[in-house]
Amino acid sequence: MSTVTAPEQTGRKMTPQSMVIWGGVAVVGAVCWAVLALSRGEEVSALWILFAALSSYAIAYRFYARFIAYKVLGVDNTRATPAERLQNGADFDVTDRRVLFGHHFAAIAGAGPLVGPVLAAQMGYLPGTIWIIVGVIFAGAVQDVVVLFFSMRRNGKSLGQMIREEIGTVGGVAALIAVFSIMIILLAVLALVVVNALAESPWGVFSIGLTIPIALFMGFYLRYLRPGRVMEVTGIGVALLLAAIIGGNWVGQMGLADALTLSPNNLVFALVIYGFVASILPVWMLLAPRDYLSTFMKIGVIALLAIGLVIARPALQSEAVTDFALNGTGPVFAGKLFPFVFITIACGALSGFHALIASGTTPKMIGKESQVRMIGYGGMLMESFVAISALIAASVIDQGLYFAINSPAGATGGTAAKAAAFVSNLGFTISPDVLTAAAQSIQETTLISRTGGAPTLAFGISLIFTKAFGGGLAAFWYHFAIMFEALFILTAVDAGTRVGRFMLQDTIGNVWPKYGDISWKPASWSASAAVVGLWGYFLYVGVNDPLGGIYQLFPLFGISNQLLAAIALTLCVTLLLKHGKARYVWVPGIALAWDLVITMSASWEKIFSSNPKIGFFEQRSVYSAAYDQGKLLKPAKSMDDMQQIITNATVDGVLITLFALLTLTVVASAIPIWIKAAKLGGLPTTEVPHQPSHLVDAAEIFATPQEKEAIRDYQHSQRELAGSGSGGPR
Amino acid sequence: MMTAVLKAGRGIRWYLKQVTGEAKWDEYLERCRREGAEPMSRRHFERHRAEHQETNPRARCC
Repeated sequence: MSTVTAPEQTGRKMTPQSMVIWGGVAVVGAVCWAVLALSRGEEVSALWILFAALSSYAIAYRFYARFIAYKVLGVDNTRATPAERLQNGADFDVTDRRVLFGHHFAAIAGAGPLVGPVLAAQMGYLPGTIWIIVGVIFAGAVQDVVVLFFSMRRNGKSLGQMIREEIGTVGGVAALIAVFSIMIILLAVLALVVVNALAESPWGVFSIGLTIPIALFMGFYLRYLRPGRVMEVTGIGVALLLAAIIGGNWVGQMGLADALTLSPNNLVFALVIYGFVASILPVWMLLAPRDYLSTFMKIGVIALLAIGLVIARPALQSEAVTDFALNGTGPVFAGKLFPFVFITIACGALSGFHALIASGTTPKMIGKESQVRMIGYGGMLMESFVAISALIAASVIDQGLYFAINSPAGATGGTAAKAAAFVSNLGFTISPDVLTAAAQSIQETTLISRTGGAPTLAFGISLIFTKAFGGGLAAFWYHFAIMFEALFILTAVDAGTRVGRFMLQDTIGNVWPKYGDISWKPASWSASAAVVGLWGYFLYVGVNDPLGGIYQLFPLFGISNQLLAAIALTLCVTLLLKHGKARYVWVPGIALAWDLVITMSASWEKIFSSNPKIGFFEQRSVYSAAYDQGKLLKPAKSMDDMQQIITNATVDGVLITLFALLTLTVVASAIPIWIKAAKLGGLPTTEVPHQPSHLVDAAEIFATPQEKEAIRDYQHSQRELAGSGSGGPR
Repeated sequence: MMTAVLKAGRGIRWYLKQVTGEAKWDEYLERCRREGAEPMSRRHFERHRAEHQETNPRARCC
């Protein structure tokens, strides 16, 4: 029955037709790249970036991803996947490939690919564009598909489990600590983005605040009124959500403006309480319905943005490469292009966090092995596309405005006049009136020092949508975009806190089994409180950092995410060697080598740089020397500020050191295994032995005619077996 | 033309049902019918699914 082989499986020659088509795609890509690389001084349309990306993705997917799937990994459709073998309708469940693609994409793509590229735009559009596209093709998507494949061959084991079993206990423990602490930093930075987007914005607080009762309503509707009618309730939820965004327009008239104008510290307080409550409430009440909303918003906005870009055809306002790329004195984050562009843009190019999603849930739902290419590699390409869209949105707004929004308050001084003066010092001209008018156009009190990327992105999206779909709605689109970003950051905070809580309970449960019982309230509450407390601390510190939370913490977030990628890629290299595939080890190998180069040089600079803007410990010693002499150093305004800078710099420096050492521990403990495996031509692994597959399904989004026929035959035979039945429209 | 639109509409409906997990109930009914078992109520069935979600949180990435 399982005779269908994907027609692409063997190295068949290309037909003349497909040679012409792919030749055409290659030419389009080459022209776009040439335009981007060569134009200086003249107006460049953003569409060149869009089409350079799309054609590069197409070629990478067609050739490189296929090579990885069929040659490097050796996907084997005669082998039953865990979903087929262990089908239980819950964890292990054969899921239609297109549906699973949707699930996987929704799980990997969040606010990360929207924030990093916006910040990296301070170096111009070209460095970010190149890294996002080249990085995803040779590193990010490779990591995702290889981890997905190896986890699938091990019944969906998690990254930590695989490292423990394949590399060793030391590596496993290091990986576990790394994963947990990186998650804390990630949640704190994401929450910081939300705080910066909502602070002093009554409209934003109003509409985001309303998502909680909306989600609760949906939860109770599904639980008690009409169980299971998810589409229906999501439709209602989305309508309510749009009403909440529109309604925000009238907070002033409703007399709520003052009550909803929250200071950053109040928002931190609100978020910490929210995070704690959300993580101990039953999933059906808040998390699940919020997840439906955020997924639909995510897909909707991304599709809308792609359409909007094509219609609006905005011109890029930023330079291809700014001076900040070369002198490293940019106000958004410190450091030169190398290595800091590669650190700032993690999600969208290479994101270690994906390895946690690609191992665990998704591999337990794959029907046929060949589908890992589309889900793992394809899903990551899609995230990369989101990152490219965000980069474009940040590059089409006026650059004076861009720097006024994204420079920390310590630099801009917080008022329109001071900010305009600061920006003109950077070499951009913008008048205070223009700054005020820009904020008024979207009905915000101010746009100055609204760091974190969300306000910039929302302003860019609002600009593009206004140009594409007609005017008059700039304020609506701005808050629509803020809502979209805040919604899935909050979903990530809910889900991340819960996952962190389970990790903590599981770890402590090894020594004290009772604590591992996830239904035991004292354990679950205290573990939740610990997780919330940890990210809440960094959030609070970030909000109050005189140097700017994003300025200080975002590099930490980027480095830790990329270090996690190094851990995942180390596992990929180890497994290829153990499987006796040394000749293909360069595939994850180049990604790992590059990732180690960027993370280690960035960590090195963050630890040892003698420039206090970059090196945490130098920053510490400069500020504490001044503190000892009773002097104030800018931007500190008081001795308390000075003390805070000293503490934060110490904590951040220690953390970076810890993360880098953990990663090096994993790599170092893997190297002896690499050598041994290379010498012996392979080593035993925990791969589940081959068991024949009876399932028939296509490999790609669109089934080929042969695959369609095979699926029809298969369904027919299944129906005969079962009496009768129905399937989806394949 | 009309048939193409209808087909696309059916495809989207099918996709949404699958993605939201609504289709699980139909699949369950189908399985019960095939096996001749008495299906539980939808409320009960959805409770089961919610309980499973409770202990298997799905991380959301950045």
